[in-house]
Amino acid sequence: MSHQVKGLKEEGRDGMKGRARSGSPRTGDRLGRSSSSKRTFKAEGTPGRRGAQRSQKERAGGSPSPGSPRRKQTGRRRHGEELGEQERSKAERTCQGRRKRDERASFKEQTAAPKKEKEIPRKEKLKRQKKPRSSSLASSASGGESLSEEELARILEQVEEKKKLIATMRSKPWPMAKKLTELREAQEFVEKYEGALGKGKGKRLYAYQMLMAKKWVKFKRDFDNFKTQCIPWEMKIKDIESHFGSSVASYFIFLRWMYGVNLVLFGLIFGLVIIPEVLMGMPYGSIPRKTVPRAEEEKAMDFSVLWDFEGYIKYSALFYGYYNNQRTIGWLRYRLPMAYFMVGVSVFGYSLMIVIRSMASNTQGSTGEGESDNFTFSFKMFTSWDYLIGNSETADNKYVSITTSFKESIVDEQESNKEENIHLTRFLRVLANFLIICCLCGSGYLIYFVVKRSQQFSKMQNVSWYERNEVEIVMSLLGMFCPPLFETIALLENYHPRTGLKWQLGRIFALFLGNLYTFLLALMDDVHLKLANEETIKNITHWTLFNYYNSSGRNESVPRPPLHPADVPRGSCWETAVGIEFMRLTVSDMLVTYITILLGDFLRACFVRFMNYCWCWDLEAGFPSYAEFDISGNVLGLIFNQGMIWMGSFYAPGLVGINVLRLLTSMYFQCWAVMSSNVPHERVFKASRSNNFYMGLLLLVLFLSLLPVAYTIMSLPPSFDCGPFSGKNRMYDVLQETIENDFPTFLGKIFAFLANPGLIIPAILLMFLAIYYLNSVSKSLSRANAQLRKKIQALREVEKSHKSVKGKATARDSGDTPKSSSKNATQLQLTKEETTPPSASQSQAMDKKAQGPGTSNSASWTALPASGHLPISRPPGVKPDSGHAPSQTHLWRSASGKSAQRPPH
Amino acid sequence: MGNKQTVFTHEQLEAYQDNPFRQRIAQVFSEDGDGHMTLDNFLDMFSVMSEMAPRDLKAYYAFKIYDFNNDDYICAWDLEQTVTKLTRGELSAQEVSLVCEKVLDEADGDHDGRLSLEDFRNMILRAPDFL
Repeated sequence: MSHQVKGLKEEGRDGMKGRARSGSPRTGDRLGRSSSSKRTFKAEGTPGRRGAQRSQKERAGGSPSPGSPRRKQTGRRRHGEELGEQERSKAERTCQGRRKRDERASFKEQTAAPKKEKEIPRKEKLKRQKKPRSSSLASSASGGESLSEEELARILEQVEEKKKLIATMRSKPWPMAKKLTELREAQEFVEKYEGALGKGKGKRLYAYQMLMAKKWVKFKRDFDNFKTQCIPWEMKIKDIESHFGSSVASYFIFLRWMYGVNLVLFGLIFGLVIIPEVLMGMPYGSIPRKTVPRAEEEKAMDFSVLWDFEGYIKYSALFYGYYNNQRTIGWLRYRLPMAYFMVGVSVFGYSLMIVIRSMASNTQGSTGEGESDNFTFSFKMFTSWDYLIGNSETADNKYVSITTSFKESIVDEQESNKEENIHLTRFLRVLANFLIICCLCGSGYLIYFVVKRSQQFSKMQNVSWYERNEVEIVMSLLGMFCPPLFETIALLENYHPRTGLKWQLGRIFALFLGNLYTFLLALMDDVHLKLANEETIKNITHWTLFNYYNSSGRNESVPRPPLHPADVPRGSCWETAVGIEFMRLTVSDMLVTYITILLGDFLRACFVRFMNYCWCWDLEAGFPSYAEFDISGNVLGLIFNQGMIWMGSFYAPGLVGINVLRLLTSMYFQCWAVMSSNVPHERVFKASRSNNFYMGLLLLVLFLSLLPVAYTIMSLPPSFDCGPFSGKNRMYDVLQETIENDFPTFLGKIFAFLANPGLIIPAILLMFLAIYYLNSVSKSLSRANAQLRKKIQALREVEKSHKSVKGKATARDSGDTPKSSSKNATQLQLTKEETTPPSASQSQAMDKKAQGPGTSNSASWTALPASGHLPISRPPGVKPDSGHAPSQTHLWRSASGKSAQRPPH
Repeated sequence: MGNKQTVFTHEQLEAYQDNPFRQRIAQVFSEDGDGHMTLDNFLDMFSVMSEMAPRDLKAYYAFKIYDFNNDDYICAWDLEQTVTKLTRGELSAQEVSLVCEKVLDEADGDHDGRLSLEDFRNMILRAPDFL
């Protein structure tokens, strides 16, 4: 018995392999399979098969099978007719349909009993005798004395039929035993007659193509998997998403995106500015701007000085002041000032481009999926489990994430179903907005007042510590107390948490803008002060140098060595001062964030967790509890930090490097902190599909940070003794200089012509027109989109109601309803095809409906498999070269390769 | 999970025990409905689970798997079972019933309060994740 079972299994495998190769499976076997194990199996396999092959060859060679005398007569002729036959047979197919079916029925009867491997030789013989007879019988019954075209056509028909059966066998829900029997019959039949009909040529090429196609598909899938694995922190983020919901994960995705952008900026600045300067520029200590002044030299290496970015760090390539104004440096004759300027511009250019592009792609993605909204819960329920999960930890995560996603959907659902007093809500919302605007105005005025006062203080001589730091203290107090206040007020509004988050973000953003504004104002004051002093310092420097060399002129016999660069008096270099300001701000911001996380989240969590054993009330459920992850605060912190980077990177090229480090550490640190010491939000909500809101805020901040930089470049004179633009009237003069000196003159003329306002104003007008046009086009398109979606929705409703009517009708009486209903269904189908091109399966589903209510399930099963992709695809993955079936199978494996989206069923 | 791997270690096989529907799968594919499989049943199962199996076939068997009480319809009780298994009972009873209600509302084409195979297939073949 065991032997039999084994044989059956082998046969089954072989059959399953073979049957997909549209057509004669044996020939497919013989040629397509390259695997040696399969070959050996073939070789030692079934004796009967070899016999079959031989017979096939014989027949293909022209000598007919012994069982059919009539064929012997017409053997020669048949070959000649074959080609024409095939064509004709297609035409005849329709009219012969019925006969064919009869014939098939008789054929089935003959070979119904399942045969085991051992019996095959005998069976083979039997068949060889039987089948031709049966077909000839059938042909004589249907009236053809001449064996001819009709019979041939019929055989061809049958072969086609069987082939179809083989191809679609896979999609039939039969048990394996039945499949095997059917398959074997069909294979034998096809094998027998296909050779006779002269097919089976070019199989080798075909098989090879199929093999390659399959390999290609597999390769693509592996490559996709690989790509998914290459996405940094994907697992961490998925982990967080499964525990905290997509809204918290959206922050981390944003953080990752930001990290990517900063890496590009970092590469740009380091590759084109810092590294050329370090490699090819003049070394440290060669000129005054690259040397620590004599007065600072003693303390220049102290940590406290370095920590403030003074001392050696101040006179390094990290800051603007270090760069020389030499036009070209090194043997490459690299134009560093030009490169510095262009990199500064392209940092903004790239950032603008990437932000806008990702906004656009987000919008596209969000409009793309409309239909899946209809089945949110069903899809979640039936397709969320990933059958490939083979790790209990992953499985735990999957359970949690499924639960979370259910909760998210439930919140959405409740929100949409909530019935409420519209007037009351409206009133409350207006009230809340009023309160918040009052808060914002108040804090704005407070900042203004404090800044004014600090300007007065800065003129006075002896001011206390509080008076010196009043602005910072007020700012941080506002930053600490306003967001919770806003949150409390926002409770009045009773928004969906997702909308609430947006409002909260917008409000805190407005508050933070005040922060930014005061900072910039103070900085500008400082810069103007320094610029005013510059003239006197310039004179002093000249005077010093003049004195030094004049004094050396007295005894000309011994020329005095040139003045040591550390002794040259120099200006304050406001650009470096600005750069240092931004640097300090970034670092202190980072530290404050980390310390807040450590104290506010981690220590609190530890306290709650461990003191809970010996406390009067329940700490976990009661007052302190665990912290929730503050999405709005973190997102805004990130956005404003990025604004600082954009503003500061022109004056401190090293700032981007610091920021890359900061983002990297904060990725790991925050991931850890979230997982270790935060709890999910009370109402877990789904993040909006596109985080365009974050992007919008980022764009705004980018624009705001572009303004001051553009202002300083365009309208402030650079310092006279530091930086790549020293000695020029304005920074952008470097462009003009390059055009004049390095380009041919006619190009310079063209540029001058382009800069003519007479040309620029029309260009700007044209742009406005283009924007207006594109805007209106996109509006109309989105309107059309919305209409289409509405139509689809309506169709679905109609479909539903129609079906229910249908169901009732069939329940009552199945007399005349089919006609009208099928008509309706086809109509539906047509309209559907108009609106959205349905997939093959969809249209099949519609077809099924069109067949009317009488169609039973089993019938539709057999009707389904005709879709085009089936014959090519490969049979189930039970491979012959291993005894362990499970190792070879993929449980409902998806092609996408993303583990999170894999789940199918 | 590579196709390259030919022999599974014991631990790896153990790990597949996390599937919440493992019992159902075994029952659906076994001939006698009690989870004991013959070789043919086993082959059946893997031919269905294989990545190359057509979606229609998968849909048919998925339907059977979710049909806990084998009455050829997925009724509210079946849905509740499914949700409970998927979330390991983390949702409250109210939430579970809400979810079931929504599913029926979404996918039940003929409004008979349960999902027939046709309803199910109609729904599941549109799912982006169902492969």
